[in-house]
Amino acid sequence: MTSEFMTPTAATAETTRGVRRGRFAGLRRALAPVGEARGLPKWVLYIGGVLVLVFVVFAIFAPWISPYRFDQYLDSHGHRFPKSGPPSSVHWFGTNIMSTDVFSHIVYGSRTALEVIVIAVVISMLVGVPLGLFSGYYGGPLDRLLVLVMDAMFAFPSLLLAILVAFLLRGKFGFLGASFSGIMSAAISITVVYIPQYFRVIRNSVISVREEPYVEAARVLGAKPRTVIGRYVFGNVVQNVPVIGTLNAADALLTLAGLGFLGYGVQPTEAAEWGYDLQRALGEASGGIWWTSVYPGLAIVLLVTGLTLVGESLNDLLNPVLRRPQLLPVNIVDDVEGEVTSADTH
Amino acid sequence: MSRSSGSLPRYLLTRLLLVIPMVWILLTVVFVLMRVAPGDPVQASLGGRVPHAVIEQKRHELGFDKPLIVQYGRYVGGVLHGDFGQVLSENRSVTNVLAHEGAATLELSAAAMFVALVLGLSIGVLIGRFRDTPIDVIGRLFGILTYAAPVFWVGILLQLLFVAKLGWLPSSGQADVLQNIDLSQHAHTNIYLVDALINGSWGDFRNVLVHLILPGVTLGLLVCGVFIRLVRVNVIQTLKHDYIEAARARGISETRVVLRHAFRNALVPVVTVVGLQAALLMSGAVLTEATFNWPGIGHALIFYLNQRDYVAVQGIVTVFALIVVGVSLVIDIVTALIDPRVRYS
Repeated sequence: MTSEFMTPTAATAETTRGVRRGRFAGLRRALAPVGEARGLPKWVLYIGGVLVLVFVVFAIFAPWISPYRFDQYLDSHGHRFPKSGPPSSVHWFGTNIMSTDVFSHIVYGSRTALEVIVIAVVISMLVGVPLGLFSGYYGGPLDRLLVLVMDAMFAFPSLLLAILVAFLLRGKFGFLGASFSGIMSAAISITVVYIPQYFRVIRNSVISVREEPYVEAARVLGAKPRTVIGRYVFGNVVQNVPVIGTLNAADALLTLAGLGFLGYGVQPTEAAEWGYDLQRALGEASGGIWWTSVYPGLAIVLLVTGLTLVGESLNDLLNPVLRRPQLLPVNIVDDVEGEVTSADTH
Repeated sequence: MSRSSGSLPRYLLTRLLLVIPMVWILLTVVFVLMRVAPGDPVQASLGGRVPHAVIEQKRHELGFDKPLIVQYGRYVGGVLHGDFGQVLSENRSVTNVLAHEGAATLELSAAAMFVALVLGLSIGVLIGRFRDTPIDVIGRLFGILTYAAPVFWVGILLQLLFVAKLGWLPSSGQADVLQNIDLSQHAHTNIYLVDALINGSWGDFRNVLVHLILPGVTLGLLVCGVFIRLVRVNVIQTLKHDYIEAARARGISETRVVLRHAFRNALVPVVTVVGLQAALLMSGAVLTEATFNWPGIGHALIFYLNQRDYVAVQGIVTVFALIVVGVSLVIDIVTALIDPRVRYS
C-alpha cells in the first residue's frame, strides 16, 4: 500500500527536477503582480497573511510560547490540573476534560495543523500536477480514463473519501515514529481529496496551451517531449498552482478537523489536534462549559479565514482576467465591470 | 430552435451512457478499498472470541472464501439488483439501514436545504441591493464565516446558547424516547415529521420539529454561504439591466423593483446550484449527525466503521456513490434543458 502510494511521487519528483529553472522563472513571473497590488486586495492579502503568520509563529516556536506541553496534566509540584477548569491566571483558556491546558493545545495544535496542511498540499501537487501535465499533453485513452477516475473522485463527498482512506491507513506509517505516523496518515487521506483538483485545473490549461504557436514551434524544432512539457507548457500553466494551493490549504484544515472530530485523525497521544479537542468538548457543551470548545473552534476559523483571504486575493491578483486595471480612479464603468466579474468567481 | 432541439436527445443519450463507466469505476474503487482494508471482515465484525469454525462457516455463507473475482462479480451483480449486502454485526440488510437511517438523513437534509435557501436568498438579495455598504461587508463576512467555521463547531456553539444557556431546545437525538417508540411503532415513511402528520399526532410532530431545529440550522448555515454569494452577484447584475431602470422610471417602489423584477431573474442560476450542493450536504450531514447524535446514515457509517463491519460500510458507501452519480446526472439534464449551449459542447 505504502509503496504504491510513494512510487508516483518519487517518479514525478525526478521529472520536475529537470525543469526547475523554468518553473521558478514561471512562478516568479506569475507572482510579480502581488508586489504591485494596491488598495483593497492588498489589505485583504495583508490581513490574511498576518492571520496565517500568527499560527506559523505558534507552530514553529510552540515549545517556547506554550506554557505547558500539549499532553501535560501535572504542574511542577506534581498536582493534577483541574478537569474542565474555567479560564484563570494559571490556565488562560481553562483546562479541558483530559485535564490539559486549552491554550497549550491551541499552540501545539497549530503545529499539527500546519504540518498536515503542508504535507497534504505538497503531495497533492507532486501527484496532481504531473498527472495533469502528461494527461493533458498526450491525450488518448489513458487521458480519458484518468479524467473519468478523477471526476468520480471529485464528485464523491470529500470528507467521506478522507474518512475511508484514513480508516484504511490506520497504523500504516508506524515506521515514521509514533508522533509522526498519525500526521502522515491524516495528510495522505486529505491528499486523496485534492489530487483531482490539481489534475483538472492543470490538464485543462495544458490542453489550451498545447496548441499555442510557441509550443508548436518548440516541437517543430525537435525538442524532446520532456523539454516541451517542462519548459514551455509547465511554465505557462504553473500560475494556477499557488491559488489552488492556498485555497486547498484552507479546505484541508477543515477536513483534518472533521477527521479529528470523527476520531479518524491524529490520535491524542501523538499531537494536539483541534478537531479531536472539539469532539471531547462536545459532551460538555450542553452543560455550559464553553472554553473547551470556543477556543479550538476559533483557532480553526481564524486560520481558515486567513488562508482563504490569501487565496482569494492571490486569485484576484494573479488571474489576468480578474485583475483590475491599476491606473484609473477615473474610469468608473470599467471598475464596476471588473468588480462584478471578480465577485462572480468567489 | 427546431434544429438545435434535435441535438438534445443525443446529448441526453450520451450523458446517460456516461453513467455506466462512472458507476463501474466507483463500484470498483469501493470494492478494492474495502478489500485492502486491514484485517478480515468476518472476524473483525464477529469479535475476537468466536470459535474458528464459526468464522469459517460465516465466511463460507457470505462467500468470502471464493476468489476475489467471484466476490467482485457477486458484489456488482447484487448492486445492480438493488441488493447492497448484509450488516454483519447486526442481523439486518443495508437496504434496511437505508430505509430507516436514510429517512432520518433525508429529514435533516431537507430541513437544512430549507434553512439554507431562506437565509441565502434573503441575505443575498439584501447585500446585493445595498452593495458596497456596511451591510454588504457584514453579509459577505458572514458568508466567509459560514465556510470557515467547521459544522460541528457551529453545532456546539448553538448547543451552548440554546441548550445550556437558554434551555429552549433539546441537545441531541431525533425525538424523545416516548415519541421515538410511538413513531417507530406507527411508521409509514420512516421520516418522523411526515409520519407524525400522517398519524395526526400533534404532540409527536411538535417534539420532532423541536429536535430538528438545531441540526437543521447547523447544516443549513454550512450550505447557505454558497447561495449568498450567488444571489448577490446575480442581483447586482440584474439590477444593471435596462428594464430595472424602466421599472424605476415608472415610479414602482424600490422594494418592489428589487423583489419582483431583480430577484426573480436572479433566482434562475440558484436552481441548478442547489443540486451541486449534494456532496457538500453529505459530508456536512456526517458531521452534523455526529454532533447532534442524529440517527442518520452518516451516523450509521461511522458506527459500522468503528465496528469494523466492512460489508455494511461497503454497502453504505456504494449508496453514497450512486447518489452522487444520480445527482450529477440530474443536474446535467436540467442544465441542458434550461441552457441550450451546454448541448453543443
